[in-house]
Amino acid sequence: MGWIGVWIGAFLTLGILSFLYKDNPFYKFAEAVFLGISAGYWFVSLFWQNLVPMLFDNLGITRIFSSAAPEGALQGLFLHGQFQNTLWYIIAAIFGIMMLLRLVPRIGWISRWPLAFVVGTTSGVYLTRYLASNALAQINSTLKDFIPISQAGFLSWMNVNYLLILIGVLTGLTYFYFSKEHKGLTGGAAKVGIYFLMVTFGASFGYTVMSRMSLLIGRLDFLYRVWLHLIK
Amino acid sequence: MVSEKTRNFFERMMGIDRRIIFILIFIALSIPMFIHIEMKIPVSPEVEMLVDYMKSLPDGAKVMVSLDYDPSSEPELQPMAETFLEYALKRNFKVIVIGLWPQGPIQAERARVVAEADVGKKFDYGVNYINLGYQSGNELVIQRMGSSIPAIFPRDYFGRPISEFPIMQGVTNFSNIDYVFNLSAGYPGTVEWVLFAADRFGVKLGAGNTAVQAPQVYPYLGKQLIGLAGGMKGGAELEILTGLPGRAVKYMVGQTFAHAVIVLFIIIANIAYFATRGGKKGGN
Repeated sequence: MGWIGVWIGAFLTLGILSFLYKDNPFYKFAEAVFLGISAGYWFVSLFWQNLVPMLFDNLGITRIFSSAAPEGALQGLFLHGQFQNTLWYIIAAIFGIMMLLRLVPRIGWISRWPLAFVVGTTSGVYLTRYLASNALAQINSTLKDFIPISQAGFLSWMNVNYLLILIGVLTGLTYFYFSKEHKGLTGGAAKVGIYFLMVTFGASFGYTVMSRMSLLIGRLDFLYRVWLHLIK
Repeated sequence: MVSEKTRNFFERMMGIDRRIIFILIFIALSIPMFIHIEMKIPVSPEVEMLVDYMKSLPDGAKVMVSLDYDPSSEPELQPMAETFLEYALKRNFKVIVIGLWPQGPIQAERARVVAEADVGKKFDYGVNYINLGYQSGNELVIQRMGSSIPAIFPRDYFGRPISEFPIMQGVTNFSNIDYVFNLSAGYPGTVEWVLFAADRFGVKLGAGNTAVQAPQVYPYLGKQLIGLAGGMKGGAELEILTGLPGRAVKYMVGQTFAHAVIVLFIIIANIAYFATRGGKKGGN
């Protein structure tokens, strides 16, 4: 990173951190620059890393604009009379154009078709994977590892851990079971479930704090080491 | 019963200016950067499992690293990437880098430069290291790699056909990869790797996650995920166990100081809350 980049980085870092004191134009400027650059970066990145190599190159659209580009499916079809599998990308291209028609209010309804395709495909792909990995495999892990009474090691910390996990899962699920009023045994189990949930939220909060501190450490390291050269 | 003087003190603490807390955190994080402080970092079983598996791989094993993060997660995940590549260099692993996030392959190149400088040895590009770049499609990229890696990554990060490189000879799908290490900051990331690679194709998967994401991934540990390094602490443990101490170990001192300040304020706030609440009840 050149010295100009370092100074711009330091300026923007201090701009963002200045919000900790109070909202100010310096912060607003840094925030606007960040948002603008992010949007621009994503657009350029997706165009060159996604549309060009995956769609334009495969179909042969790049070839139309540059003779140096490799031939694609369109050249294969019209020049050589060969059908290439990459020609199927034309369906994706049509769906993409249909999606963009959302920008034209009068015919915006056309965008629902590709959207329906995306939603349907995603649901289909995820349904089986979630069921297998997040339901069946998790139930298996929760129940299968217990050391039975008849075996050595039944009275071990390992079994206590497994038991705690089992109690946590069952009572946690009971808390979210609303078909029966939370009274008596159900109420007691739900209350235990709340404690397990609290511990879970606490652990997540602790990790989040660690994550945020790490980000600040990263910025301070940049300021002290890269910008000011105070540390090695 | 709390005296009036104590209650006044606690009431002042309840209304403390948040900027004072920010300054204390800033000091807590800054001091350890200038003063060398040794600190013992206990190693957790999940990182131990991760490193044990890496150690059990034969020299020259073919490993895949998926860097699914961007510069905003660099303080947590970049030290892990550097440590993994340093370890790979030492063990002569053949490393195939990919990214499900556009910035991932760029982060990989930066980590490679640091790793090579630290170890004093260079990767031979195309022979024991290749960067296949970014591919869009999120989890579907993983699913496609299960049947054909060259189909979804026909060219490397620099635009050359991957068939040119010796490292890619004989690599058809996941069955030709000994181990996958995923560095993840969100979606797509470790959850998708578990769902679409580990569970579906039996990929041996280890992961390094940002601290925010780690609790979401813990349930997969054991059968679906070999090991997990969570946040900067996980990174520091990874560095210790591989014998390659780096930035994460250094920064854990500041992290600990900052946590101590936060815990102190949580304790004070709770005492102050209960002390002042009790007073109000009495007054009423």
